[in-house]
Amino acid sequence: MTVDPGTFSYVSGLVHAEAAIVLGTGKEYLVESRLLPLMREGGFGDIATFVMAARTRQDDGLRHKIVEALTTNETSFFRDREPFKAFADVVIPELTRLLPEWSPIRIWSAACSTGQEPFSLAMLVTDHPQLASGRPVEILATDINEKVLQKARGARFSQLEVNRGLPAPMLVRHFERVDTDWRVVSQVRDLVSFRPLNLAQPFDLPCMDVVFLRNVLIYFDAETKVSILRRMRRVMQPHGYLFLGGSETTLGLDDGFERVQIGSTSAYRPLGLGGQSTDALTSRSVLSRLGANQ
Amino acid sequence: MLAIVIDDSKAMRLILTRIMQGLSFDVLEAADGREAIERMEQGPLPDVALVDWNMPVMDGLEFVHAVRRHEGWRSVALMMVTTEGEKAQLVRALAAGANEYVVKPFTPDAIAEKLMLLGVGD
Repeated sequence: MTVDPGTFSYVSGLVHAEAAIVLGTGKEYLVESRLLPLMREGGFGDIATFVMAARTRQDDGLRHKIVEALTTNETSFFRDREPFKAFADVVIPELTRLLPEWSPIRIWSAACSTGQEPFSLAMLVTDHPQLASGRPVEILATDINEKVLQKARGARFSQLEVNRGLPAPMLVRHFERVDTDWRVVSQVRDLVSFRPLNLAQPFDLPCMDVVFLRNVLIYFDAETKVSILRRMRRVMQPHGYLFLGGSETTLGLDDGFERVQIGSTSAYRPLGLGGQSTDALTSRSVLSRLGANQ
Repeated sequence: MLAIVIDDSKAMRLILTRIMQGLSFDVLEAADGREAIERMEQGPLPDVALVDWNMPVMDGLEFVHAVRRHEGWRSVALMMVTTEGEKAQLVRALAAGANEYVVKPFTPDAIAEKLMLLGVGD
């Protein structure tokens, strides 16, 4: 089965319009593999007929399903390891030093897919000796796709999923067996809250200390990348850290970030604080938490 | 880098050997824990052992205990690759000295990622 040019053109146009994601020529295989299950579920004989039904129906249920199916991305626990190591070894110690004890550390996993990324962060938070005193930590996990969020909220993972990237000692410490699956224990689960969010549209969130926006920008066109990074900067604390995927950068898209090297990975920090002391940073950060004008 | 694949199933040894060779490892094979010990005594010492649990003669858990008792073999990373998927079994294996644990079925990516966690290989 192949996807004809007309069908591909409609689907790529729809996904770009709804989620600003670019599906260029050569991605026909992706459209086919992602839409086949929906086609079968709907009882359609081929993808062209299924897509035609989505085009012509009054309600946008099928169109929404198509967008969802094409925005689900590859994920695994502790994907690429190094950003998580930087988070635990450098970022958390720095934030605990910088922020008053009562101030929550806010972390955002933007485009969290089925939950492996925010739960990886939550496990590191739970295990971190510098957070053992009970400092509040809030992890917000968002995704455009309601279906993956539903799975993420369940916090249940198959054996194949926990085999991917999750150290065995952490599996033992932070998961319980539920039938043939593994479920994240409540102590870790409760650190994470999930909500739907479309990065391509304006969003309103509290200021974040850490943002994981990994392997997301690659799917967007340049104009959308620019607007996403601009919005990211607005919801980041001045001392905040933004982690992107290994092949992603803010360079040439947003000059309001500076790149910092942490071990063998890199992160991006909002610019404009050169020469300020740690005390000044702390005061500004605390003021912003209290909602004061800066 | 050198790996030893220890499994009484010839088919499973073949699968794991191919995965490890694909990751640029040289690979030794053994059909049970005793044979693996003998191969390690003869040398060279592997960097990592992929160990099934249920095997005749000497099972995987006994093998892990034996390796960890041996002063000169502490550097060998031990990864269980088994159908034993209960949490209690994971706890036993880790307590005995296994460093990682993969439950069958697995994907080649899972093995590669676990090796990275162990700091073995690329």
